[in-house]
Amino acid sequence: MAFGRFLIRRLLSGIVVLWVVSLAAFLLFFARPHNTVARELAGRAATPQTLQLVNKELGLNDPITVQYGHFLDRLVHGDLGYSFLDGESVNTIIAQDLPRTASLVAGAMVLWLVVGLGVGILSATRARSLFDRLATIGVLGGISMPTFVLGQLLLIGVFLQLNRHGFTWVQNGYEGPSQSIIGWAGHMILPWITLATVSAAVYSRLSRGSLLDTLGEDYIRTARSKGLSERRVVFKHAVRAALTPVVSQLGIDVGTLLGGVVVTESVFSIGGIGQDSVQAIVQGNLPVIIGFVLLAALFVVVANLIVDIVYSLLDPRVRLV
Amino acid sequence: MSVTELEFQAQSAAGPVQAIEGRSQWRLTWRRLLHDRMAIASGIVIVIVVGLALAAPLFARLTGHGPNQLFPNTGLSVNGIPVGPGHNFWLGTDEQGRDLFVRILYGARISLFVGVVTTAIATVAGVGIGLVAGYFGGWIDTVLARFIDAVLAFPYVVLALALAVVLGPSLPVVVGVIAFFSWAGISRIVRGQTLSIKEREYVESARSIGASPWRIMVIDILPNLLAPVLVLATLSIPTAIVFEATLSYLGLGIQPPTASWGNILAGAQNYYNVAWWYLIFPALALLITTLAFNLLGDGIRDAMDPRTERLFAADTARRRLRRSKPAKAGGAGTADVAGA
Repeated sequence: MAFGRFLIRRLLSGIVVLWVVSLAAFLLFFARPHNTVARELAGRAATPQTLQLVNKELGLNDPITVQYGHFLDRLVHGDLGYSFLDGESVNTIIAQDLPRTASLVAGAMVLWLVVGLGVGILSATRARSLFDRLATIGVLGGISMPTFVLGQLLLIGVFLQLNRHGFTWVQNGYEGPSQSIIGWAGHMILPWITLATVSAAVYSRLSRGSLLDTLGEDYIRTARSKGLSERRVVFKHAVRAALTPVVSQLGIDVGTLLGGVVVTESVFSIGGIGQDSVQAIVQGNLPVIIGFVLLAALFVVVANLIVDIVYSLLDPRVRLV
Repeated sequence: MSVTELEFQAQSAAGPVQAIEGRSQWRLTWRRLLHDRMAIASGIVIVIVVGLALAAPLFARLTGHGPNQLFPNTGLSVNGIPVGPGHNFWLGTDEQGRDLFVRILYGARISLFVGVVTTAIATVAGVGIGLVAGYFGGWIDTVLARFIDAVLAFPYVVLALALAVVLGPSLPVVVGVIAFFSWAGISRIVRGQTLSIKEREYVESARSIGASPWRIMVIDILPNLLAPVLVLATLSIPTAIVFEATLSYLGLGIQPPTASWGNILAGAQNYYNVAWWYLIFPALALLITTLAFNLLGDGIRDAMDPRTERLFAADTARRRLRRSKPAKAGGAGTADVAGA
């Protein structure tokens, strides 16, 4: 019952967030220099008359309140509008881009959680060992490595070298998993590594610190003195409590993740939402921008909801209210 | 004769007491930092990078190659491909036949400038807002804390791109955008610290003798925050450098022909299969600089943490234990350290 009320409250506040974000994106667009879109469509040499015509065609001459009214009306009916540049439906663009971005994010997330938490737990249980020192240097290297540099280095060092020597599994671009799962993974493996590295570094560091603190608690000493095996002490007693700050970091990091997605998609020309949003922003393609921004905000809201639920599962003291 | 005097006499009778030098927190920190070879090496690397950046015009004169000067005859091969590292062009050239070494040096000026200036702005703003939010509490804190959370949770690369397009990409816009997304992390830590420090007795006593809130914040609370803020600021510099490079890489930061590590790397993207140096050298410059700042920040953090000394001590003790009793290592040793 309490959970149902929690869910409803969160959904309502999520809708408010989405509305605020869409409004912000809409207003930001009108801060742009005028006529950018019309000029893009009609060419540099266009006469003022042509520009007027294009603006009229796209409804850009209407007062901002009227335009916003149209926008809201369509939005309520589940229609995100049409791209200014080629008239393609934004819904179609999203349907086409979403699988690409989802493939990237899901794979990278698995990778960074496994590597990040694994390295973190190993470093904490062997604090100040050789492994821990090497891991610390590796973690700092990972944090210092800009995503786009790592992507480019993987392209030149792995993709290019492998393909030169006739090993063509690792590929650039995107191929859907419907044709072959193996081919899909071959296209995604370098982007996964690229996107996951920074987060894996951050998470291994967080989980190491958190687990070290937890291992110093009295109840861990109690567990040890009961004669439990070290493995049981670490995994049953310590890890669960140590994971709570890591999980809450997950909610905060969603924004950073989206930035990483933009860069990774651009480097590997995956053609997902990240790459297309850069293009839409540069071109001033308002309907596409707003569609993407709403999608991103939805992602942030849902991710935070999931994080809160996981948090309450990990730590029974936390109540969902 | 009081008891203390007796003790004092007893001590002096036992011989000259070894003088115990009073050491301030900062001197203790500095001593610990000097023992951290990694941090010292990083500091030296940073000094070298800064020196090279400052000396960029000198190297431009030495090589005779301006940062934006094209050398279509000597800098490009017959097929129009960039030439590799050699006697004439130390680190090779780019696709327009410009000297990569000189451009990387000029790029370092941009990167370091952006890193330091944005960090300075973000630190001042972050500390100010965090102090006010934490000290005053109430609705001021609620509003500011929500704002901090919102900035932290926002997909900042996307918004930075949008802002860069709206305002037109330029150096001041890049600095402003990066600073705007950098202060919130500092603010959050400062706010948390202020919340706990303002409950201390000495703050209460300052208030009771009539000190104004501003005086308490600046004189009583701020000095206690310097340590974490120094660490955060050091770690914020590499983040800002990477942020600038990313914006420039996506074409929305420093605009060519002005050299920046980000836009050099963006240019390199199309030539990675014919000119490895074009990608590798600017990437190395970027990586070495950010890594050095991160290692230094990490070293300062460790040096400021009094627990570090104990960890080192526990470590040595454990090793000694293991050496004397090689059969009974493992679980017991770890338990000792964790309990220490």
